[in-house]
Amino acid sequence: MIPAPAFLSNPERFMAFSRWAAPMFGLIAAILGLAGLYLGFSAPDDYQQGATVRIMFIHVPAAWLSMFVYGCLAVASLLSLIFRHALADAAAQAAAPLGAGFTFLALVTGSLWGRPMWGTWWVWDARLTSVLVLFLFYLAYIALRAALDDEAKAARACAILALVGAVNLPVVHYSVVWWNSLHQGASVFRADGPAMPPVFLIPLLLMSLAYMAAFGALWLVSIRGEVWRRRAEAAALRAARS
Amino acid sequence: MTHLDILHVGKYATFIGAAYGISVMVFAGMVWTTLAKARRWRKRAQALDAALTGR
Repeated sequence: MIPAPAFLSNPERFMAFSRWAAPMFGLIAAILGLAGLYLGFSAPDDYQQGATVRIMFIHVPAAWLSMFVYGCLAVASLLSLIFRHALADAAAQAAAPLGAGFTFLALVTGSLWGRPMWGTWWVWDARLTSVLVLFLFYLAYIALRAALDDEAKAARACAILALVGAVNLPVVHYSVVWWNSLHQGASVFRADGPAMPPVFLIPLLLMSLAYMAAFGALWLVSIRGEVWRRRAEAAALRAARS
Repeated sequence: MTHLDILHVGKYATFIGAAYGISVMVFAGMVWTTLAKARRWRKRAQALDAALTGR
């Protein structure tokens, strides 16, 4: 049996797989998202946060995805750097704008949740600042990619940048443990189990899976687009030579 | 609880509405740009391939 990464490392197999997998992930995202939204808006107000607890159902999945996507970007970059594999580089390149989108959502929805709960839009505390740094790493990756014309040089430089930025991931995750922070600590992934009732936990998990499936669909489509772009550029080069 | 009740979010409606509205817009933007870019390059690659094989 061929392991999944090796199976998908062949561009033809990847294109055949992603052709049906991308719409399937999109459909799963739509179904889970609708179920999560319905349960989220049906949930009662929180005894402390009131109705603003509903922002949690879109803020927390966006925050988790901002880190997960960067993890995907870092792994794809590492594979690209070690094996010089074009599809791994395409996967890294395709992940960056999506990760930037999720991180932007985490920052904005967090700010809109923080204003009524904390009394401020923004504080320079460890969690918020480290997520802002994560967002800047995404933007730096996109900018560096756009600045370099040589595909091989761009792949190498961006892979190194992505791996440097990966150091920030544990800082984001443990920032609320290592430093005093206005941001609350972990309330789902805890050693003693989730610290929230099922009426909030279930819609949160549904929305998180919906975000994950949406990312899966968009990532696959985006990698397909990148494969087509490289094919088009190769064909244009052949046409110019002949 | 009726379907209208679930949309009643009280005095925080502005913050909740803005958070959901911005999320919908960002998602729509990501979906549109991703699909448009993939479609554009697929058409371009297919046109170039057709031109090369037609020679």
